[in-house]
Amino acid sequence: MSALGELGSLRGKKGLGQKKDNLAGYLFLAPWLLGLFLITIGPMLASLYLSFTDYNLIQAPKWIGLENFTRMLSDQRLHNSLRVTFTYVFVSVPLQLMIALLLAVVLDRGVRGMAFYRSIFYLPSLLGSSVAIAILWRQVFGTTGLLNQVLDIVGIHGKGWISDPSTALGTLVVLNVWTFGSPMVIFLAGLRQIPAMYYEAAAVDGAGTLRRFFSITLPLLTPIVFFNLVLQIIHAFQSFTQAFVVSGGSGGPSDSTMFFTLYLYDKGFGNFDMGYASAMAWFLLVIIGVFTAANFFASKYWVFYDD
Amino acid sequence: MTTETLSRTVATRRTWGITWTRIRPLVIHVVLAGSALVMLYPVIWMVVSSLRPGNEIFRDPGILVKDLRIENYRVGWNALTEPFTRYLLNSALVVLGSILGNLVSCSMAAYAFARLEFSGKKFWFAIMLLSIMLPIHVVIVPQYILFSHLGWINTVLPLIVPKLLATDAFFVFLMVQFIRGIPRELDEAARIDGCGKASIFLRIILPLMVPALATTTIFTFIWTWNDFFSQLIYLTDPHKYTVPLALRSFVDATSSSSWGSMFAMSVVSLVPVFLAFLLGQRFLIKGIATTGIK
Repeated sequence: MSALGELGSLRGKKGLGQKKDNLAGYLFLAPWLLGLFLITIGPMLASLYLSFTDYNLIQAPKWIGLENFTRMLSDQRLHNSLRVTFTYVFVSVPLQLMIALLLAVVLDRGVRGMAFYRSIFYLPSLLGSSVAIAILWRQVFGTTGLLNQVLDIVGIHGKGWISDPSTALGTLVVLNVWTFGSPMVIFLAGLRQIPAMYYEAAAVDGAGTLRRFFSITLPLLTPIVFFNLVLQIIHAFQSFTQAFVVSGGSGGPSDSTMFFTLYLYDKGFGNFDMGYASAMAWFLLVIIGVFTAANFFASKYWVFYDD
Repeated sequence: MTTETLSRTVATRRTWGITWTRIRPLVIHVVLAGSALVMLYPVIWMVVSSLRPGNEIFRDPGILVKDLRIENYRVGWNALTEPFTRYLLNSALVVLGSILGNLVSCSMAAYAFARLEFSGKKFWFAIMLLSIMLPIHVVIVPQYILFSHLGWINTVLPLIVPKLLATDAFFVFLMVQFIRGIPRELDEAARIDGCGKASIFLRIILPLMVPALATTTIFTFIWTWNDFFSQLIYLTDPHKYTVPLALRSFVDATSSSSWGSMFAMSVVSLVPVFLAFLLGQRFLIKGIATTGIK
C-alpha cells in the first residue's frame, strides 16, 4: 500500500522475465535521473563536503575538518533548538495520531454524512502549512486574541500565549495536532481493509465495543499506525513555516520556538555560515535516520501483520 | 433478589439498550459536528473578521457580521510596495510551472518503473522511495549555491526547474501505484497493433491515468501555493515575492492594529487552496489514502 511497505517488500521480488530494454527504460527515467544527480545527490555530497569547511559564499570554502561538529557540541542555542524540536515531535505526533485514530474509528462506524465529516476534518491538513494560518494563529493566541476573548466570556483572564515562553511552543503543538486529518484518512483506508467477519465472530462471542477495538481493530491496524508514526515524525522534525511566521522569524520568545530548522535557516541564510548550516543539515538527517531506523527496529515487537 | 425485581432490572436494561441504539447515531453526530465546528471556528472567524471594522476584531469572538465592510480588502490589497495582484500573478507562474513539470517528468519516470524492464530498476526504485523521505535541508545550501552561480536567484527557475526533473518523488510513487492497476493486456494489445513503448505511454497509459494526473495537479497546486521555505530562500526582491512572502512581510511591516487587512489578504491567499480542495477532494483523499502523502 505505502511507500514504506514497498521499501520493505522490495527484496526478493522476482522480475517478470520480460525482455529487457535498457535504452527505453533509461530514456523515460532520464528527467528523474538528471534531477537525482543534479538536484539531490550532487548537492548532498557538496553539503557533506561543506560541513567540513568554513564558507560564507564570498570567499572560497576553507577546510576546517571537524570544527563545525565540535562547535555544535558546545553551541547552547543548538542544544536548546534540539530540545524544542524533540519536545514538539514527542508531544504533537502522539496526540495528533491518537485523535486521528479516534475520529477514524468513529467515522468508520457507518455514520451518515461520513464523506462530509472526513472532508471537513481533512481540510486543516491542507491549510495548516500556509502563512495565512500561521498569521491566524498569532492572533488567536495573542493577548487580545480570539482564545482570550472566549475565555473572558467564562470569566477566565488569559495571557499572551505566544509572547509567553512557557506556552509559545504549545500553540505550535496545537497547530500540528489540528492537522490530524491526513493521518485520519490513512487510518480510515486501513479500517476498510479489516474483514467484517472478524467483528461478526467477536459479536457472537459477546465482545463489547472496547474489547473489539483492542482485540481486533488495533492489532490489525498496527501497520498503519506504524506507517503514520514514521511519516509524521519525519514531517514534524522538518517543521518550519509555522514557527517562523508565529515568532516573526526569531524563534522567540527567548528561543522557545527555535526549531532546529529555524536555527539552520538562521545560520545559513541569515549569517551565511554555510559550512555550519551544512553540518547541521547532516546532523538533522542522522537524527531522522536514527529515529526511522529505531521505529523499524521496534516495529518487530508491536506491528502485527495478518498474513 | 426476588424474581420480580430481577425481571424489572432486565426490563429496564432492555429499554435502556433500545434507547441507546436509537440515540447513538444522534450522539455521534453531535460529537462530530461539534468537533468540526471547534476545528474550523478560527478559520470562519478570520473570514468574518476580515469583513469587520478593525477595532471589532479585538472585541467580538462571535461570527455574525453586523456591519459589513470591504475596506480591509481595499487597504490590504495596496498595503505593500506592489498591489496584491502582482503577488498573485507571481505565485500563479510558479504554480503553473511546477504543475507542468511534475506532470511531464513524474509520469515518464512512473511509466518506466511500472511497465518497462531494465537493469538496475529495483535499485533506482529503492532510491526513489528513499528520496521521498529526504529532508530538503540536507540539499538546500548547495542547491542555493548552485542556483546563485547560475544567476537564478530572484527568478522562478530554482522553484520550477527541479520539478521538471521529477524531484517530487511522491508523485512518481503515486503514479507507479496507479499504473500498476491498469491491466497489462491493454499494453499487449497495443504492442501487437504495432505501438512502440513511447506510443503505448502516450496513447494507452496517459489517457487512463487521468485520475492520478489530477491528484498530482491538485497536490502540486496546493503545496506550491503554500510553500514558504524555498520561496523565502530564492526570492528576496519584493517585486518577485509570491503570496506567502507578501503575507509574511505584511506581518513584519505592519503593527497588530491592522489585523483586519492582514486577515483580508490571508483570506485571499486561502481562496485558491479552498477552491482546489472543493474541486478535488475526491482525488485528494484517494491520493492520501494510497500513498500517505500530506
